[in-house]
Amino acid sequence: MKKITLEVNGKKVTKEVPDHTVLSVFIREVLNLTGTHVGCDTSQCGACVVHADGKSIKSCTALAADLDGSKVTTIEGLVSNGKMHPMQEAFKKLHGLQCGFCTPGMVMSAIDLLKHKKNPSDKEIRDWLEGNICRCTGYQNIVAAVKEAASKM
Amino acid sequence: MASLVGSRVERKEDKKLLTGRGKYTADVTFAHQTYAYFVRSPHARAQIKNVDISKAAKASGVVAVLTGKDIVNDKIGGLIAGWRIKSEDGSDMKVPAHPPLASESVNYVGDHVAVVIAESLDEARNAAELVKVDYKVLKAVVKTDEAMKSDSIYKDIPKNLCFDWLLGDRAKVKEAFDGADKIIKVDLINNRLVPNAMEPRAANADYNPSTEEITLYTTSQNPHLARIIISAFNGVAPENKLRVIAPDVGGGFGSKIYPYAEEVVCSWASKKIERPVKWVGDRTESFLSDCHGRDHVTHAELAVKNDGTFLGFKNETIANLGAYASVFGTVTPTYLFGPCATGVYKMPAAYSNVKAVFTNTAPVDAYRGAGRPEATYTIEVLVEKAARELGMDPAEIRMKNFPTEFPFQQTLVHSVDSGDYNAGLKKAMEVADYKGYEKRRKDSEVNGKIRGIGFCTYFEACGIAPSAVVMSLGCGIGLWESAEVRFNPTGNVTVFTGSHSHGQGHDTTFAQIAADQLGVPLENIEISHGDTDKGPFGYGTYGSRSLTVGGTAIVKACDKIIAKGKKVAAKMLEVNESDVEFKDGEFIVAKSNQKKTIGEVAFACYLPGTYGEVKSPLPEGEEPGLKESSFFDPANFSFPAGSHICEVEIDPDTGTTEVAKYTAIDDFGTIINPLIVEGQVHGGLVQGIGQALYENCHYDDSGQLITASYMDYTMPRADNFPEFKLGFTCTPATSNPLGTKGCGEAGAIASPPAVMNAVMNALGTDISMPATAEKVWNACQKMKKSNSEAA
Repeated sequence: MKKITLEVNGKKVTKEVPDHTVLSVFIREVLNLTGTHVGCDTSQCGACVVHADGKSIKSCTALAADLDGSKVTTIEGLVSNGKMHPMQEAFKKLHGLQCGFCTPGMVMSAIDLLKHKKNPSDKEIRDWLEGNICRCTGYQNIVAAVKEAASKM
Repeated sequence: MASLVGSRVERKEDKKLLTGRGKYTADVTFAHQTYAYFVRSPHARAQIKNVDISKAAKASGVVAVLTGKDIVNDKIGGLIAGWRIKSEDGSDMKVPAHPPLASESVNYVGDHVAVVIAESLDEARNAAELVKVDYKVLKAVVKTDEAMKSDSIYKDIPKNLCFDWLLGDRAKVKEAFDGADKIIKVDLINNRLVPNAMEPRAANADYNPSTEEITLYTTSQNPHLARIIISAFNGVAPENKLRVIAPDVGGGFGSKIYPYAEEVVCSWASKKIERPVKWVGDRTESFLSDCHGRDHVTHAELAVKNDGTFLGFKNETIANLGAYASVFGTVTPTYLFGPCATGVYKMPAAYSNVKAVFTNTAPVDAYRGAGRPEATYTIEVLVEKAARELGMDPAEIRMKNFPTEFPFQQTLVHSVDSGDYNAGLKKAMEVADYKGYEKRRKDSEVNGKIRGIGFCTYFEACGIAPSAVVMSLGCGIGLWESAEVRFNPTGNVTVFTGSHSHGQGHDTTFAQIAADQLGVPLENIEISHGDTDKGPFGYGTYGSRSLTVGGTAIVKACDKIIAKGKKVAAKMLEVNESDVEFKDGEFIVAKSNQKKTIGEVAFACYLPGTYGEVKSPLPEGEEPGLKESSFFDPANFSFPAGSHICEVEIDPDTGTTEVAKYTAIDDFGTIINPLIVEGQVHGGLVQGIGQALYENCHYDDSGQLITASYMDYTMPRADNFPEFKLGFTCTPATSNPLGTKGCGEAGAIASPPAVMNAVMNALGTDISMPATAEKVWNACQKMKKSNSEAA
């Protein structure tokens, strides 16, 4: 067991967890923030992407204990004063989601892309999102949504 | 009031899903929760000699370990095949028993042997390793085309043959072939796929010993069907004591239509231990135990005249059912496949013969398109080959054989109510700039690439109906759909549907329909589905049926609301009912300014009488309240159709195939929400292109699943695709008042042949799906060799 302290969505939390607890389990099972999803066990699908110290990471393959002291943002942390993040707004406007299961990871990943590249091309968006699998949308409206968000941010 | 039908309305359900406020089954945890982990067979085929649970039962945190023997002792019934198919000789299909936990034999890797239930998932998983199963391993039957020649898996099912089914007239086909100028032949494999909804299957069953009621949360496309099967067939609880909730569901694509062993076991176990039991599959469990799709081996022939006229078609297919006959496993390769295999063409004679076989692989059932992708692939590859061999343009040969008069009596079953196939193909050729293709091909050549173009013109039959006809063909369920439209006293509306949304956007599309019918603002309408305790019994969502069948039920229920509203409004306005008209949410007296809004009428229905200012008399004999339901059973299927054109560019040095250009022109009849319909097409295309170029479920000779994770099974990703060009034509369906046709599966039906025809056009040789870099590179090497020999 290890005692860890993280700042999650702006709130400090201190919990004692088994050493092997991965961040996705910590977020979902310990903090009950179920917006972060788990779609595979091999760090491939990207449904579990969150931000740790501002960078997108796959929370299913990061040990919570390794992130002791980090600032973590999950999909629940994006809404501010009741307003959705421009990326969330763009996904809604352009139908960038269907079943919604991959969506939290997709949104978190796309936000990180715009930190690296302000106005990415279609190809750059598609290359960046290669680590996020969506089975519903065929990606086309996701690409359009990321471009829309880039124009608003 | 402007009509909402046809508008690009943003989805009502999106905000919760975008902000992490959705509620999927894995997100539901009860007080006193226990966690289940399944012990699965590591062997494709084995007898179970003994299961020793003694060590596992004593392990830390373990609450119970249950095995197939407990299932037998508690008389829990097996999983079912939902459609009885008869063989050509009139005999009934043969199906093996399918217990939720095996006690005698296991028949595929991943088959369920025992369940360990513990205080935590870690403890359940650790204890599962202590369950000792003594197997006698037998030789597995794996390959589709070898199953009939292999050992019988089940002693009373010779040749592993479930049925040998025929649709059509062999003698007429022979006659047509005898009179043909040319016979075109293909041998095809329709590769096995894993549906891979992004949300792995899950279940959480909570038994209340005081009320004796089980509440089952599950990842289902069809909670009502889950309830009736788990109740009536598995015998876990009476229907009135079983509530099934399918909350937000993360995609299904067919794989979540029916209940699996896990839901049955969790429900039964919860009752046994009197605590909630939760199971969440991991991705490898999904690969191993979700029902798979496709897996056909087909020989097909087309008889043609030299001018390209089609004379006859024959289709000999072996379909792999996997180890057990699943709910829609037997109808998918028969009635959903055979009739559509003649394609969108006039075909004077045809037959489809399907031999369905059992193998030691995961069960195969409906996967997006279910039978129609296999049918369309067969005929469209054949037609393109015919064009090649006759030296005809691929568009010309198709147009020559299109029906132009509707209703069109298709060769094997369907009477297609409406369509304009020429208009669709012409539009596709225009949007795809077919005229400019040769220039693009040359440009690719200059860049060292090989370009190819492929066509697919398809029709498909979805929204299966009517119930009486499909039941006469062996279907064990009805195929109508229900709706209940409930005005609340304050004038807003809740619409209950028996269908289920797991990405399709019913909350929005159905609200658009109800808003138009009732004249109530969209934001005042909620759509409710997915809970057997709330809405009426229904048949869920699959086979592109929700809108045409379920949407129509909503329209019918709205009609009844308006009919009652007219009577009430007439009484309130002290006029004759025949003088009242309904328009845009208002009951208006003709040639006057007297009116009542539908909200006022609803209020009057709930508060009938006079109370101070409130004067709301009900007509004599009318019951209070304003709530109506409808059960709609359509007279026919709906028949979407379209023309897709794909251009690929192949790098001969690496074998990589890139989809360079993709045009999809579809006829879905009336479109309610173009934003959502386009999304359905995009998603279908990616699944279909995935089948053509990337995805393949592979078992080795011993029956081990080699592609059991995303490291091994190629899922289509964002960087695999160009921007698709979409367009629509519209011939409204006549079988439903909205004029809609299903749109959910068309992309997955049309794209595999369009892509493969382009690849084969580029390479000048037949190649099987998926056209992986390795296969394409080898074909390029051969092409190089034969070119240099020719030079």
